[in-house]
Order: sequence, then structure tokens, then C-alpha cells
Amino acid sequence: MMTTQEIENPLIKFLLHLGDNALIMGHRNSEWCGHGPILEQDIALTNIALDQIGQARNFYQYAAKLILESSGEQLTEDSLAYLRDSWDFKNCLLVELPNGHWGRTVLKQLIVSAYQFCVYQELEKNADKQLAAIASKSLKEITYHFRWSSEWVIRLGDGTSESTQKMKDALDAIWPYTNEWTNFSDYELNILGDSHLTIRENFEEKLGAVLSEAGLTAPTIAFSQDGGKKGNHTEHLGYILAEMQFLQRAYPNAAW
Amino acid sequence: MGTNLEEQFQQKIDQEIKIEPKDWMPQKYRHTLIRQISQHAHSEVVGMLPEGNWISRAPSLKRKVILLAKIQDEAGHGLYLYSAAETLGISRDEMYHQLHAGKAKYSSIFNYPTLTWADMGAVGWLVDGAAIMNQVPLCRTSYGPYARAMVRVCKEESFHQRQGFESLLVLSKGTDEQKRMCQDAINRWWWPCLMMFGPPDDESTNTIQSMQWKIKRFSNDELRQKFVNMIAEQVKILGMTLPDPDLKWNEEKKQYDFGAINWEEFKQVIQGNGPCNKERLDARRKAWDEGAWVREAALAYSEKKSKQS
Ligand SMILES: [Fe+2]
Ligand SMILES: [Fe+2]
Ligand SMILES: [Fe+2]
Repeated sequence: MMTTQEIENPLIKFLLHLGDNALIMGHRNSEWCGHGPILEQDIALTNIALDQIGQARNFYQYAAKLILESSGEQLTEDSLAYLRDSWDFKNCLLVELPNGHWGRTVLKQLIVSAYQFCVYQELEKNADKQLAAIASKSLKEITYHFRWSSEWVIRLGDGTSESTQKMKDALDAIWPYTNEWTNFSDYELNILGDSHLTIRENFEEKLGAVLSEAGLTAPTIAFSQDGGKKGNHTEHLGYILAEMQFLQRAYPNAAW
Repeated sequence: MGTNLEEQFQQKIDQEIKIEPKDWMPQKYRHTLIRQISQHAHSEVVGMLPEGNWISRAPSLKRKVILLAKIQDEAGHGLYLYSAAETLGISRDEMYHQLHAGKAKYSSIFNYPTLTWADMGAVGWLVDGAAIMNQVPLCRTSYGPYARAMVRVCKEESFHQRQGFESLLVLSKGTDEQKRMCQDAINRWWWPCLMMFGPPDDESTNTIQSMQWKIKRFSNDELRQKFVNMIAEQVKILGMTLPDPDLKWNEEKKQYDFGAINWEEFKQVIQGNGPCNKERLDARRKAWDEGAWVREAALAYSEKKSKQS
């Protein structure tokens, strides 16, 4: 079985982190396809899933290219997605949490989009041209994801008393997974440099503005959940991978 | 008076002039169309489920994206068709209620399970393929909004069919297991796909009137025959076979003869006894019921906002 654990190159690790966030988020979003509360919104969330998976492919393809150059190992977007185990995945924990109801899903999406927006905005200026290009292309998509999820969080936060309560509960449940995004790892700091401060500031501001318009208050929490960036995940990720990787594992070396 | 309007209506149809929402039309024409278009819309939406079953397990990122985009297209078809039906004076919610109450039908094909990855290819190639046969003539159907919706739908359906075929082609050139998977999927989907064209002409009650009104332009049996002729050729490219020992080229008729369809199975599936009828309907009801608070909140919010402005 392949593993990317010996990789030391911070750019490769960072690319895998960005790709894994996008892939697992896209996977969770895609679980809604055909089951959404409103047909138009089913289509909208599937669009977001498609964008996220598309972004993951771009990050993986670039990571595979760098791995080939540095170690001579032949990898592809698919071997990175389908043949690594959970300890190799570097995504934040939030994306792997179950969707729960529609309100919890759009809240998750809001946090992810706010973060992706802020980080891509900085990466767009990165000296690494290919990274900058992927970030720039993704930023256009994320702008829409952020607007869409903001609108939903506001609508449900300020909708009926039932929806307000559901959003409060959802926020309480997922808020402990928010700090991990801006609790930067060494490989992120290596690539982001001082811009990590801007990202943290923009992220809190962007998210805070939407929550306040939705009439929601972030709970005060005594602890934060993290570990995803280093490969320490929730129990959920193993099941996502078991399902996602089934065919590649059951029929090794087959082309699809 | 009534006869005069009806004569004018039939004249328009005969002259290939499209009927538009505000035009006079016989009640029965309206009801036939509402039934047919809403059934079609439901089929698109219920049809998302069997394919949705494989999104999380698609074997490559490229295949996952293709599948997701395909299912999203089907949702889009559902939207166009619900809108077309709405022009006849029924609301989307009403149509949903009919579906959830088990009063509205949808294509029987979606009550079959998708058991292996090859089913994604077989559904695209055979199910979308049969749908195109049925639907291309509908691009010229007499009711304007339906005809226009079908033009958009058909373009995408033929794209789906090619993608499905291409995905089976890869399997057909793959490992022994992949080849077996491919043949197995064809075996399971073939006969149910032939049933998609509906009962034989001599038992089909709606056909004559619908042909006169140019809602339909070919009979069930004619369309089924065209489908068999097309697929019997395409399957050769895959190096696979169709599960019908009686399938044989008839030189005199210039068409393929094929074996007897098990209409008893068709009847059972239509009556709710197919392998997945219950799951499909339950999934739609669940999505609807669990989405109720979301729709209520969205409505309450937009009412608040419109009062404020
Ligand atoms: Fe369709
Ligand atoms: Fe269709
Ligand atoms: Fe289709």
C-alpha cells in the first residue's frame, strides 16, 4: 500500500492538505445529490460538490507531479485519492463530519468556504505559479460557494423559530471544529509565511459577519478539536474512505 | 360552439401549429399532457436515485465527476418538465403530492437496483438510450412548452448515452472481472429497458387519441423496434451479447426479430412490486418530509424581507 508519510516537502504536504479538504468536502456534499429539500438547491449543492472535487483533482495532479520530480514515484490523482489510508489524509476534521440536516450542512459549507476563500486569496499571489493559478481559478468558484452558503445560513438563522433553534444547535455541535482551520501547521506556515495572519483575520471577520446577520452567536468553547492536518482523524473518515475506495481496493490495477 | 373550437384545435394540430398555454384546448388533451409530462418529470427525479447509489463509490475522480454531472442534468430535466407541466395549471407541489401518495407514475425502469459499477454504464447506454428513442419525437410534440423542454433534454440525454457506452467500452477492454461485470449489467438491464416503451400497441389504450393530437408520433412497438435495431448493432462493438436467444436479423423486414417480453413482470413493477419501488418512493418522501422545515424557513424569511422593503 502506498503512503505519503515520509514526504517532507512542505509544498507537497500543503497541496495534499488543500486537495484532501476539497475531496472530502465534495464527497459529503455529493451525498445530498437526489435527496435535497428543494430541487433547485439539490442542483446548487451538487455544483459545489463538483467544484470541490475538481479543485481536489487540480491539487492532486500538481502534488503527483512534484512527487515524481522529487522521488521518482509515479502517482496520479487517483492513487492519491484512492490508495492512501486515513493517516495520510491531511484535511481538517470538519469536512469529514456527517452532513446532518440541511442547516448543519450549509453551516459546514459556510465555514469551509470562508476559509477556502481567505486562503486562496493569498495563494493567488504566491510565487509558485502553478499553485497561484489553481488558487485563482478556485477562488471564482469559492466566491459563489460562500455567497450561497451565507444566504442559506442567514435564511435559516432568521427564518422560523424552529429553524433558528436548529441552527443554534448545529453551530454548537460544529463550532469546536472551526479553530483547526487557522491553527496553522508547519507546512502551511512554510508556504503562507506572514500571510497566515491575514488569513486568520479575514476568516474570522468573514464568518463573524454572516453569523451576526443570521442572528447566531458562536458559542464560547473551552477546547478545539484538531489533528486532521497531521493525519489524526475522526472515526468518520475511515468509513468515507472504505466506501470511496472500494472498487480500487477490490480490483487492484484495473482501469476504469 | 364546443365542436367548432375542437375543430379549430384539430386543424391547428394538423397544420403543425404548436398549442400554447393560453390557447383553448380540450380538457382531455390538457389532462393527458399533465399526466404525461408530470410522469416524465417524476421519472427524471426518481431516476437520480439508482445512479446516485454509486456516486460515493465511483472508481476514479474523473468517473465521479461525470456521474455527478449526469445526475445533476437529470435534476435539470425534472425542473424543465415540472415547469412545462405548470403551464397547464398544476403546481409542482401538487405533482409532488401525487407522487408521494403513490398516485402518479414514473418510469418503471427506476425500480430496478444498481448492483455493480457497470450498471452506471448500462443505465447511460440503455436507459438513456431508450429515453432518447421515446423523446426525440417529443421535440415535435404538439404542445409548445413540452416540445421546447424536450429539445434541451434530448441534447443532454444523447450525451449521457455516449458517456455510458464509453464507460462500458472501457470495462469491455478491461480485466476478466470487468468484462463479466459489463455483460452482467447488460443482461439485467436489457429486458426492463424494452419495457420502457410501454405495453404492445394492441393493448395500449392511450395511443390512438395521442397520435391524433400529435402528443405521440410513433407507437410503442415502432419505437421499441428502432431501439432493438440500434442496440443490437452497438452491442457488437462492446464484444458483448444481448440476453435474447431469439434475437436475429430479419433480412426480409430489414430489422431485428426479438423474443417475447415478460409483460407479467412489467405489470408487477407498475403495480408497485418491483425490486426497489418501496425504496425509491420512501427516499423521495423522506427528502420531502425532512425538507419541510427548510422550505418553511425559506418562505418565512423571504416574507420578512419583502415586508421590510
Ligand atoms: Fe433526463
Ligand atoms: Fe428523460
Ligand atoms: Fe439522462
